[in-house]
Amino acid sequence: MSDNVFVGAGQWLTDSAHWSGTDGVPARLLEHLGYTVLTVVIAAAIALPLGLWIGHTGRLRGLAVALTGSLRALPTLGLLTLVVLWVGIGLTGPILALVVLSVPPLLAGAYAGLESVDRHTIDAARGLGFTEWQVLTRVEIPLALPLIVGGFRSAVLQVVSTATVAAYIGLGGLGTYLIEGVQIRDYPMTLAGSLVVVVLALVLDAGFALAQRSAARS
Amino acid sequence: MIEFRSVSKTFADGTTAVRDFSLVLPSRTTTVFVGSSGCGKTTLLRMVNRLVEPSSGQVLIDDVDVATRNPVELRRSIGYVMQHAGLLPHRRVVDNVAVPLRLAGVGRSEATSRALAALETVGLDPALARRYPRQLSGGQQQRVGVARGLVADPNILLMDEPFGAVDPIVRDDLQQELLRLQRELDKTIVFVTHDIDEAFLLGDQVVILRRGGEVAQVGTPAEILADPADDFVRTFVGLDKARRTLHVEERAGARIVVDGDGRPAGVLGPA
Repeated sequence: MSDNVFVGAGQWLTDSAHWSGTDGVPARLLEHLGYTVLTVVIAAAIALPLGLWIGHTGRLRGLAVALTGSLRALPTLGLLTLVVLWVGIGLTGPILALVVLSVPPLLAGAYAGLESVDRHTIDAARGLGFTEWQVLTRVEIPLALPLIVGGFRSAVLQVVSTATVAAYIGLGGLGTYLIEGVQIRDYPMTLAGSLVVVVLALVLDAGFALAQRSAARS
Repeated sequence: MIEFRSVSKTFADGTTAVRDFSLVLPSRTTTVFVGSSGCGKTTLLRMVNRLVEPSSGQVLIDDVDVATRNPVELRRSIGYVMQHAGLLPHRRVVDNVAVPLRLAGVGRSEATSRALAALETVGLDPALARRYPRQLSGGQQQRVGVARGLVADPNILLMDEPFGAVDPIVRDDLQQELLRLQRELDKTIVFVTHDIDEAFLLGDQVVILRRGGEVAQVGTPAEILADPADDFVRTFVGLDKARRTLHVEERAGARIVVDGDGRPAGVLGPA
């Protein structure tokens, strides 16, 4: 049985019919990446300024720790259902749920990154006559960059794997194969869809690993 | 000229680092604040460039209260050399030295060439200019720190235990280098150290501090040695130790200087 599923998934993936059209892998992949990018951009717009401010001033650190902890504990599917009931079917629901999911790693990366910068270095920069803004942009952020990129890395990975929930309310993405496959008992398709998500996640992770390494080197 | 007028500093946690401190630091001389840790010497130094604000009293540079000046502009006009060099780890040595010039609005290529010249002034191999700070030894990093302090040719140079973290031989080298530079450059230097020998070597004026930023004695090294104010100063400068209590003995027809334990310390040269 399980052999059949794997063979079936292989056949599904090599069937050219599944690689074109609006329900083809490239289109679903683009949808999926689109949701991911949109989510992470919105989350970054919230989390980065907040995280940098907390890291630079050292204020509200306790709040940041509590916030990242409690947001991480929220179940995404439950949150999605709640938001959809609240705002109705549409893009807002899943994007909001995914933003909530990706804020904590971004926030943690930003404030932990700034906190990791040697106090002596910051003091030195101030003593040389850097303005507070220059301390942040020319000293703290460059030195915190590996951890900030690390925050993006985990946020993107979580969103890529979790964006499959968008299909749960019929918005497409790679989750479509999973949800539909389960519904119509086409398990080879479910497995094939999961494999595409896994490969996408691995490729993105490798890309971020490289980015992180080059950020650490400079 | 730098002047402290009844300056006090009590930190938020209630510790009093400095209490009613007044002193004039004449231009183009080196004043050394010396004392053990917790005596407020670094606090005093950091008041000059407003890294610390006094709780009461004033700090004046050429009769202008620094509190009336924009802290960022004030800091850019003063050279600052700190303990552990305080180099920016993500910038190359030459770019670190160029920082004060770049902050002052000097163009990149001019800043780089002046930074290279400053590295040469402090006796650093130009081949090191393209390296990152972590690739340098502690002594080399300190030289870079001194080059950075001097590069913009400030009138005032603040030096906060700049040679505290390097080994004695390198420290000796750096001290001689600073004396040579000071003969050429004539800066107003404020120097902080816990090492009395370093204070006596570098200071035109030496300020000995006790805990709580209280002045034990101010004077030239000779004045302090000749007339220590009290037992604290006597002990602090080492007058109760054999190596400071020298006398002359005739040995084999020559006059040699001998310390309190009878160990020869040197010879009497021509005056």
